[in-house]
Amino acid sequence: MSARLKIVRAGPQVTVQDLGRTGYVAFGLSRGGAADRLALYEGAALLGQDSWLAALEMAGAGGVFEATADIRIAFTGAPMTASLDGKALTWPGSHDMPAGSRLEIGAARRGTYGYLHVGGGIDVPVILGARSAHLAGGLGAALDAGTELPVGEDPGGPTGRTLPADDRFSGGEVRVVPSVQTDFFPEETRDRLVRTAFEKDPRANRMSARMRFEGDGFGVEGGLSVVSEVIVPGDIQVTGDGVPVVLLAESQTTGGYPRIGTVIHSDVARVAQAQPGAPLRFRFVTAEEGRGAEAKAAEARAALPKRITTLVRDPADMADLLSYNLVGGVTRGDDI
Amino acid sequence: MTATLPRIVPAGLDGLIVRFGDILSEPANRAALAYRAAFDAEGVDGVAETATSLVSTFVRFAPGADPDAVQARAATLMDSRDWTEAALPSGRRLVRVPTLYGTDRAPQLAAAAEAAGLSEADAVTSLSSARLRVTAIGFAPGQPYLGTLGEEWDIPRLTDLAQVPAAALVVAVRQLVLFAQASPTGWRHVGQTRLQLFRPEADTPFVLRPGDEVTFASISENAFDDLPDGPDGGAEWEDIA
Repeated sequence: MSARLKIVRAGPQVTVQDLGRTGYVAFGLSRGGAADRLALYEGAALLGQDSWLAALEMAGAGGVFEATADIRIAFTGAPMTASLDGKALTWPGSHDMPAGSRLEIGAARRGTYGYLHVGGGIDVPVILGARSAHLAGGLGAALDAGTELPVGEDPGGPTGRTLPADDRFSGGEVRVVPSVQTDFFPEETRDRLVRTAFEKDPRANRMSARMRFEGDGFGVEGGLSVVSEVIVPGDIQVTGDGVPVVLLAESQTTGGYPRIGTVIHSDVARVAQAQPGAPLRFRFVTAEEGRGAEAKAAEARAALPKRITTLVRDPADMADLLSYNLVGGVTRGDDI
Repeated sequence: MTATLPRIVPAGLDGLIVRFGDILSEPANRAALAYRAAFDAEGVDGVAETATSLVSTFVRFAPGADPDAVQARAATLMDSRDWTEAALPSGRRLVRVPTLYGTDRAPQLAAAAEAAGLSEADAVTSLSSARLRVTAIGFAPGQPYLGTLGEEWDIPRLTDLAQVPAAALVVAVRQLVLFAQASPTGWRHVGQTRLQLFRPEADTPFVLRPGDEVTFASISENAFDDLPDGPDGGAEWEDIA
């Protein structure tokens, strides 16, 4: 029988996520999928598997997990404290999880969304082309303690791997391209948007992230009479009270608030991952610059497998220390 | 803003929008529907999907597409005719949805009628005799916006939101919305149906399409209770074009 992953205790919002569903905008269903898509590619690279496989997305904190058979796991996204039978595990990283062992994933140290990947992927049924829960659209739900998730067939592969730490978990600058109503906003308002030091508001979820700031709002005359048009992920809409809100993976497909710009895809995770209070700034770039940045991000995704390195074990854990070559720090790569 | 119509505007880096109006109007909605059908029929390379909203057509680029080439095709088609004069596309259906107006299952009928300056009976007659177009699907999967009702129904949304169940029929700003899921809303709950609009695991997951026409015939509370079980809730379909 194939392995199952048991949720012994669930954090505030644990959901199955993959790269989402495309092709349903006309029917009111947005793409959804992981709030931090790069984390899925990282997990796939760590386990040497397809990036379309589903993982668990954990908002704020993880939970306690057990497997019914030996499985491989990997952590990506917001770094969380993690331990297996009390022994600390590296994040990001891939590890073995023996049957019956207890995996504890605590609170995020930075960022919001952490990901637990399993070798073979979380194998819940595919609905409308994907396995991801779309909470706003009524597909799937946050998982409770007691849930047992089927794990897909894992051809196996090395564990004990890691990736260089990334800086997308603490806010920062995000690049913005023009969008549907950018020219609706006076130049003064657009200039002020890029000069303003924003903070992520605690009111944020998989649908959207609200900005907090000092000073005048960014409302525009006639803004409330804008006719609804299609939303794309990353759109910055300005609500009736003049507050910019960045629309994320699970946004509605259409919206009637004017949109001052769109955060480029490769920077959306920086907005989604920022913790409440983390600083955020917007910088307008041209569509051409934006496309260049996206192309570079796609190259970096494709190159992820080359950036994987072998985890260095804590010498205190190495009972057979003398058998290791400690001089050059060089190993074959699959021997520890 | 006084830019010309129709016009093409960017939708981030994902795609473009061909906009036929700056406010909701029947010709602009019809233009968006007709243009989308014509654009789809051209089978343009580099297009991942298309959609319409109230007065515009959305074209999403496929990964790796040349956005300028897609935009050039979109512009050529846009300029090829007056789309506000175009006929509605084919493949549309008329859907008749049995509806219970008022009672404690749709408790805002009286308030909505008053806001429209009608008696409750006249409000029901007005709503149940209207043949409306699905002008857009949005807010929730499969959820239609239906227009356009007479001027008397230009009643505002409420700022106090009320919870309505799935398949609730609500009214505001000369439009009806049939809710796909239970939701809070500032639109007034005037009727209740049994039509399940989003069926994720069915062969046809989304029941309505933009351009379809819908009527909400009034039925009694007894007839409502006797509606057949199942997701259609007594609704009937007919091809019209």
